[in-house]
Amino acid sequence: MAEFQLPANSRITGKGKAFPAPSGARRVKTFSIYRWSPDDGQNPRYDSYDIDLDDCGPMVLDALIKIKSELDPTLTFRRSCREGICGSCAMNIDGSNTLACTLAIDDVKGDVRITPLPHMHVVKDLVPDMTHFYAQYASIKPWLQTVTPEPALKERKQSPEDRSKLDGLYECILCACCSTSCPSYWWNSDRFLGPAILLQAYRWLADSRDEMTGERLDQLEDPFRLYRCHTIMNCANVCPKGLNPAKAIAEIKKMMVTRAV
Amino acid sequence: MPEAYKIIDHTYDTVVVGAGGSGLRATMGSAEAGLKTACITKVFPTRSHTVAAQGGIAASLGNNSPDHWTWHMYDTVKGSDWLGDQDAIEYMVREAPAAVYELEHAGVPFSRNLDGSIYQRPFGGHMQNMGAGPPVQRTCAAADRTGHAMLHALYQQSLKYDADFYIEYFAIDLIMENGPSGPECRGVIAICMADGSIHRFRSHAVVLATGGYGRAYFSATSAHTCTGDGGGMVLRAGLPLQDLEFVQFHPTGIYGAGVLITEGARGEGGYLTNSEGERFMERYAPSAKDLASRDVVSRSMAMEMREGRGVGPNKDHIFLHLDHIDPKVLHERLPGITESGKIFAGVDLTRQPLPVTPTVHYNMGGIPCNYHGQVVTKVGDDPEVVVPGLFAVGEAACVSVHGANRLGSNSLIDLVVFGRATGLYLKDNLKPHGAHRPLPQDSADLALSRLDHYRNAKGGSPTAKIRLEMQHTMQRHAAVFRDSELLAEGVVKMGEVNKRLQDVGIEDRTLIWNTDLIETLELDNLMSQAVSTMTCAENRKESRGAHAHEDYPNRDDENWMKHSINWFEGWGGNGGAVKIDYRPVHQFTLTEEVEYIKPKARVY
Ligand SMILES: Cc1cc2nc3c(=O)[nH]c(=O)nc-3n(C[C@H](O)[C@H](O)[C@H](O)COP(=O)(O)OP(=O)(O)OC[C@H]3O[C@@H](n4cnc5c(N)ncnc54)[C@H](O)[C@@H]3O)c2cc1C
Ligand code: SF4
Ligand code: SF4
Ligand code: FES
Repeated sequence: MAEFQLPANSRITGKGKAFPAPSGARRVKTFSIYRWSPDDGQNPRYDSYDIDLDDCGPMVLDALIKIKSELDPTLTFRRSCREGICGSCAMNIDGSNTLACTLAIDDVKGDVRITPLPHMHVVKDLVPDMTHFYAQYASIKPWLQTVTPEPALKERKQSPEDRSKLDGLYECILCACCSTSCPSYWWNSDRFLGPAILLQAYRWLADSRDEMTGERLDQLEDPFRLYRCHTIMNCANVCPKGLNPAKAIAEIKKMMVTRAV
Repeated sequence: MPEAYKIIDHTYDTVVVGAGGSGLRATMGSAEAGLKTACITKVFPTRSHTVAAQGGIAASLGNNSPDHWTWHMYDTVKGSDWLGDQDAIEYMVREAPAAVYELEHAGVPFSRNLDGSIYQRPFGGHMQNMGAGPPVQRTCAAADRTGHAMLHALYQQSLKYDADFYIEYFAIDLIMENGPSGPECRGVIAICMADGSIHRFRSHAVVLATGGYGRAYFSATSAHTCTGDGGGMVLRAGLPLQDLEFVQFHPTGIYGAGVLITEGARGEGGYLTNSEGERFMERYAPSAKDLASRDVVSRSMAMEMREGRGVGPNKDHIFLHLDHIDPKVLHERLPGITESGKIFAGVDLTRQPLPVTPTVHYNMGGIPCNYHGQVVTKVGDDPEVVVPGLFAVGEAACVSVHGANRLGSNSLIDLVVFGRATGLYLKDNLKPHGAHRPLPQDSADLALSRLDHYRNAKGGSPTAKIRLEMQHTMQRHAAVFRDSELLAEGVVKMGEVNKRLQDVGIEDRTLIWNTDLIETLELDNLMSQAVSTMTCAENRKESRGAHAHEDYPNRDDENWMKHSINWFEGWGGNGGAVKIDYRPVHQFTLTEEVEYIKPKARVY
């Protein structure tokens, strides 16, 4: 049996702090949030914050910002666009990976439990280290590769049908919600590229303008990079942009088979 | 220094601060010229605000309707309400088509026409035949996710060329030196958020590409990270900013959330109605209607609401209708906003109207520079004094191509055209790996004293509280409607809010990912620009573009066809004095192939 150990900073043993709601609050919801700071040498803990929903914006990110602004400025998380397009605020909320800025608080039943994206090294609180994920992205050469010279002062032509093949692929925001919910990626992230990066690999395979299909497939032809996907579908279920990495992976596998015959 | 911070030194030919569209394009140009190049960014490049741009990028390709660069030039000048510099505008519109083809060659998944060419849509203020109309289709689109498509492509390109990226590094202050001809920039100091280490970048050129300062206001379409850090650094370096009073309100921010609905929605046939169901834009802009320039539409909406014809219980918003558009077209051309409507307003756009209200969207003002990206200042009577070593591009800069009001889809083109222009200038003027003089002794003092000051700040006012006061004050006193009384009060109030920074207190004293500290440094940057914006708005006694002044309702070319520039004293709530001066608008073109476009009344 494979042996594994959870990273040291994932064992929750610390005793958390509780921040009660202001008196008079009527619609109170408890946010229970993973806390860990590398500076204080302490174990991770859950802090709990009671928020009056009548005095808070509708999204989970609104609550996080309210906590940081009014209760506990030390709470640390990434955010930028607050509209689901930058991919900064990916985290695990109520057991699944998603964007805090597009998940309505009302859609979470009971207390809202928030942890960093699973199986990533934690830098602090809800901030995971994404370095490896980005390096894997770079490894698939995610840019248009051609041999034919580009037309001078004109665009390369692409029919609307060919362009539509990129729909459902190019919209990826690199939030890593999918990869960090994929069991195969948890145990093999050193070598398996994971759903997000494979979706991007397929984005270039599917682009009628790209001329490196063979080389790209060669790159993926490996027992680990591609073939660790066992179609568990977690990826497609969590993607906050409604994309389907599992399907893209299946398409790549199909291309492999087609070119083998 | 109260506490010794360990400093890590780096030496580069070029250091770009910012990895949005403009920063990445400048980085690419510098790196491809063989210059040793670094790019510092406080967020991972694809998380920069450019990613949120929806509608598209303007260029006179003529794919979907006849077009010519002179028409684009005319519209941009008219849109700017004659505050734009016509030499820079000519440069931008002429370079625009090549810049869009370059993006396409880099892999941007533009939407397509049947013949395979790039799809272009109509956008507010863009017309055929030197403004005469009909509307032109000039805005190149990748559905309604153009910024995302473009930023990701520019980031993908960056993986190909040789530049060092410093990601999640926060630039604190410039390293300035007094040279023989005035102030010079020698580099920049940044903190690495992951471990709290301090980095000193010495370089021949620093390019500020830090974006706008939309978060000075309470309700903005901009991301939380749009805090105008470059502008703040420039003011602390003793240099002026330009035209800050010109803040664009986008007509269609989702009511409440502030999330943007692109003008492309009206380009594809969407229209606005008031509480009586009337398409009121037909009254304010009989020919362009819902596609009039943004300042005109925002002002008309504000007028309707003031006169009691807003919708909702508080009559404080307007309806945007897309429900008459074929759902298939919506799905193909506006999928992103269909999703946003559902998430942020709970509205099904195919069946219901969307509540919208004018929302802060873009800063026309910024760091004054010429069309090579070189930062300029005024010394004595000379308004064109170049600051050696310092460049600015993108929304942080004021070239000025947008003047008093930016046309939709003219920002994305500004990013890539001037990002590229700056790269070209560096290529022609820097030698790869050129020798560096030693830095001045005090190179890190300003940055480290501010860092240390805020990290240990124990005052009674949390950062978020002061920020909120600033945002509310700006929203109340320097929004779409401005009059002498509101503005004069605003100046006094912003003076008080600024002083509150003296009493700021933070709780996180660590050095690793200390966002309490970073948000405080950002607030300091926002504050100087908020105070400056209010003061310059109070000072300008006319109405022009986005600056609509009730007591001076007309444009006054004789007295006010000039750029405001302003200096700001101090930081951290100390000082706070604003000094205002002016620079002339460039009333000349770049070449003789187009004539100077003379001022006219601006009617849509
Ligand atoms: C919702 C929305 C939609 C828009 N749609 C359109 C459109 O359709 N067409 C159009 O033309 N324009 C549009 N705009 C405007 C346009 O998107 C912006 O003006 C433009 O993207 C700004 O790009 P930039 O490169 O100047 O800066 P940004 O993209 O804002 O990037 C700023 C960069 O600077 C970095 N940075 C900032 N401060 C620091 C610091 N202290 N240290 C280190 N790094 C720092 C950030 O990390 C980031 O990488 C839209 C704007 C909004 C808000
Ligand atoms: S379908 Fe494949 S990639 Fe997606 S979660 Fe399952 S194993 Fe992972
Ligand atoms: S596929 Fe979806 S979940 Fe995965 S990184 Fe892209 S946007 Fe995020
Ligand atoms: S803040 Fe940008 S995706 Fe949530």
